[in-house]
Amino acid sequence: MLSKKQARAFFLGGTLVTFLVFIGLTVYSLSEGQDQTNKETLTAEVVRGKEIWESNNCMGCHTLLGEGAYYAPELTKVIDRLNQKYDGNGEEVIKSILMSPTPWQLNGRKMVAYSMSENEANDVVSFFKWIGKIDLNGFGEIVGVDRKISPLAKDKINN
Amino acid sequence: MKYKSQKVAYWFFALSMLLLVLQITYGFIMGFARIGMDGLHEFIPFNTARAVHTNLLVVWLLSGFMGAAYYIIPEEAQRELVNVKLAYVQLISLAIVGVVAVVGFHFNIWEGRKFLEIPRPLDYLVVVNVLLFLGLILTTLFKAKRRTTTALVLSMGLLFAALLYLPGMLPFESQVTDSFFRWWVVHLWVEGVWELIMGGILSFLLIKLTGVDREVIEKWLYVIVGLTFLSGVLGTGHHYYYIGVNKIWLIVGGIFSALEPLAFLAMALFAVNMYRKGEKKHPNKLALYWTLGSAIVSFVGAGLLGFAHTLPQTNLYTHGTLVTAMHGHLAFWGAYAMIVLAIISYSLPNLTGRKLYDSSRGRMAFWMANIGMVGMTVAFGVAGVAQVYLERKFKMDFMQVQNEISIHFVVLILCATLFTTGVVLYIIDFYKHGTPTDEALEIKE
Repeated sequence: MLSKKQARAFFLGGTLVTFLVFIGLTVYSLSEGQDQTNKETLTAEVVRGKEIWESNNCMGCHTLLGEGAYYAPELTKVIDRLNQKYDGNGEEVIKSILMSPTPWQLNGRKMVAYSMSENEANDVVSFFKWIGKIDLNGFGEIVGVDRKISPLAKDKINN
Repeated sequence: MKYKSQKVAYWFFALSMLLLVLQITYGFIMGFARIGMDGLHEFIPFNTARAVHTNLLVVWLLSGFMGAAYYIIPEEAQRELVNVKLAYVQLISLAIVGVVAVVGFHFNIWEGRKFLEIPRPLDYLVVVNVLLFLGLILTTLFKAKRRTTTALVLSMGLLFAALLYLPGMLPFESQVTDSFFRWWVVHLWVEGVWELIMGGILSFLLIKLTGVDREVIEKWLYVIVGLTFLSGVLGTGHHYYYIGVNKIWLIVGGIFSALEPLAFLAMALFAVNMYRKGEKKHPNKLALYWTLGSAIVSFVGAGLLGFAHTLPQTNLYTHGTLVTAMHGHLAFWGAYAMIVLAIISYSLPNLTGRKLYDSSRGRMAFWMANIGMVGMTVAFGVAGVAQVYLERKFKMDFMQVQNEISIHFVVLILCATLFTTGVVLYIIDFYKHGTPTDEALEIKE
């Protein structure tokens, strides 16, 4: 029968080993050769865009890379998606939403009116562009441009 | 109650109750917004309500854990806390940091990183606060007459929780790296070190409530927390499947996440077996309800529902949908909220000297809150699965899908009302106990 001493050894040993493996895997997956994010394209605009994204808690409604609050659309492939929907004017549509002085509520749910400057809106668009090119191990295809609007949804939109 | 300084625990528990009520209020604001009733949008937009809801959850649970530690550690160490005044200072500063953060969220002041929205300057105050707390607990243990495994595991959990807050404060330019290390805090807290805290509290309660030998309970405590870390640490990988890092996490995260329910299953079996084995029948039935309930509901919410959602093949579609909210609600409720309510139910009669052990109000509170929460979980689950099929499989537009599933949020609000009624009854019971008194020192538990 297991003794208390053995149980403690199992706890301490198991914890130590798994932590070491975890740190090893972290170092490996964040190393240069394993980059899936195109680090070299991480410009000052993209970084500013990320800061704007965070300082307004956009994740409190939207999701990005599948992380967020499920109240507003997933934005990982938003530019591609809106380009498809608005004949290649996706970036302009995003900018007009961000710069709008009144709450955007095309589909019934209100978005906070951020009244951003054109520069700020450009930074956010740069951030979305960079996000959109990350290799997401298949998730990009699930939320990306090849999403076709189903006949059921089309009917609803047309009505 | 055996030591005067344990009284400070009561005020941490009272703060927990207050913040829980606020958390639920903001939950309702979000629920109503989802069915189109968003009249408060100007003052409390969804992202504010969401940040308040999740951050208050963290603060009230932490306050509950701290209260639990202030109650448990003197009994385990067989001595008074080293400095009670500083414990009150710590309580007040915790409350101030929490309130300032929540008020700030209403004025667009935050960090905007899921679960870690507290702005950076307040992060430093959190660190100071937690250091003060740990200082008090660890010094008390250091000067203790005896050092028990229960106290050790509880303190280790609290110490690691403090250390793991730090990676969340590192600045990153890349969203991917930022997210990667954010999970070091969030995941390793809730699926790692918080389980040590839960295990420590559970072990203390089982020793007190069942009368089973400490050595037996503590041996299994080691096994359970061992299983927790063995599966939970590498299980962090399930957050890394689809955020832009190496595919290796699909394998590592997939395997170890599948093992995570084992730790919770072990905890449930452990609690139920100890209860059956125990010869002592403690009269505090409500504490027993919450204790066993916590072990069982956490297995369902955190273990089974987590497993259902973290297989890579499933998660490819469920990632970033309401399925996460389904798992999150029952997991947090079972594993952490219920264990805090269990230690409160156990300690209140001892702190106040009023033995309201088995009131019908207390039992109603338990059943209504639990049935309400299960109903909420089902509502989130149905909405989430429908969202997955319509949006991810049939490629319908996000908002079209949201309109289709909005009926499930009506059900959610109804179940949340039942849940809230249960919580309110619990708080009435809390209030009826009155405040702690030195006279309770003379009453045998």
